Amino acid sequence: MMYRWDFDVLWQYWDLFMYGLWLTVVYTFGSIAFGVLIGLLVCAARLSGWMVLSLVARTYQEIFRCTPLLVQLLWFYYAFPLLVGVSIDNRVAAMLTLSLYVGAFYAEIFRGGILSIEKGQREAAAAIGMSPWQAMTRIVMPQAFKRMLPSFINQSVIQFKNTSLVSVISVADLAYMAAVVNGQTYRPLESYTVMAALYIAVLFPLTQIADWIERRLRVSD
Amino acid sequence: MTTASETGAPTVLEARGIRKSFGGLEVLKGVDLALARGEVVGLIGPSGSGKSTLIRCLNMMEKPTGGSVIFRGHAIGRSFRDRDGTTGIGTLRRHVGMVFQHFNLFPHKTVLQNVTEGPIVVCRTPRAEAEERAMALLAEVGLAEKRDAYPSHLSGGQKQRVAIARALAMQPEVLLLDEVTSALDPELVGEVLTVIRRLADGGMTMAIVTHEMAFAADVADRILFLDGGRIVVEGKPSETIRDPANERLAAFVARFNH
Repeated sequence: MMYRWDFDVLWQYWDLFMYGLWLTVVYTFGSIAFGVLIGLLVCAARLSGWMVLSLVARTYQEIFRCTPLLVQLLWFYYAFPLLVGVSIDNRVAAMLTLSLYVGAFYAEIFRGGILSIEKGQREAAAAIGMSPWQAMTRIVMPQAFKRMLPSFINQSVIQFKNTSLVSVISVADLAYMAAVVNGQTYRPLESYTVMAALYIAVLFPLTQIADWIERRLRVSD
Repeated sequence: MTTASETGAPTVLEARGIRKSFGGLEVLKGVDLALARGEVVGLIGPSGSGKSTLIRCLNMMEKPTGGSVIFRGHAIGRSFRDRDGTTGIGTLRRHVGMVFQHFNLFPHKTVLQNVTEGPIVVCRTPRAEAEERAMALLAEVGLAEKRDAYPSHLSGGQKQRVAIARALAMQPEVLLLDEVTSALDPELVGEVLTVIRRLADGGMTMAIVTHEMAFAADVADRILFLDGGRIVVEGKPSETIRDPANERLAAFVARFNH
């Protein structure tokens, strides 16, 4: 049997797809921004040499790296409010969980990048009178940034796709909207194909730009 | 030949009773060393004798476990900053340059940027002035035409000459050279030694850790032979490397003469 594709019925729902895509983009870049902040703080804590701080940071990382994002979303939306006695808006829970999740991975990427820079670089910076902070920001971090960029971008691409999980706590992202449209039209093949196509339409150019940036940064190698 | 210390030049940098342990291993067991202005001191000795550790203590790259480092009459403290520009580690390092065995050039910066980084960031020298001085230094080490190259495109000898220019850009009062030719291919050693020779002739105060015996004998005013974390022999090249009375030094030097 030949399936008759019919995208025409979807046209009237175009605004739903666009709104869903918009939310997906907002949750992705929002959680990346918060995640970078969390990642930097956690990375600094782990490298601080202060045992207690380092242990707390490590514990956070392991909890968020060793549980599935789906489980974290369910826990923060359904379980955490019972614990603290305050209900949490699903959008807040979604942004919070996504940020904490990606922050744990970013921290590890940042830490790995900084530790990969040879000790001699910090010594050379120190030898010309730079403070530890100057050596870190002017010599170590720029080099570490280049090394961590591929992993960072990779993790961020995964994050974009991971936002689709927020649909389980009724945040109206692209995946959620595709399900809504399917419910209205009974056209799963078209609905979900359009959804997949929209993910590709956003991510493919982004990965290409990332590759280009990476190549440009390689001039000094 | 008269050494700088014999001419009565003032002491610039001094180590008093320096001890350094790594874990349970004591690498330096109380070493004294005074560098007079304009003096060149060669530090020689078998590997593990503590000569690199000693030179690294002189700019606090290693923090001594005992004893003190004294620069321009002030004992250097433990903190990077100071109030009056006398006792901070930052102050010490601004005036005491170091060149490393493995160059440690900044790979993300061009040759010119490597040389101007210290003056601009640490001394807040205006960029134009820093670049002008850097170009003069690069010309001195014969690398002016490499100003826009990245370190990865240089030979080992060129890298080390840039590293020397980078240290000189801070206009140091003392230069510490830590086995600066040990990582070089034999045919590239000469070009680096020539630069150091010229610095010595220009009156630069230097402490040089080296395995180049002939060069040490030639360029140094004074030789220190370290063994087992102590200075075993100290004297002019003519009394040490060229005519070693001490048995251990004689055995050490003999290994380089065949």
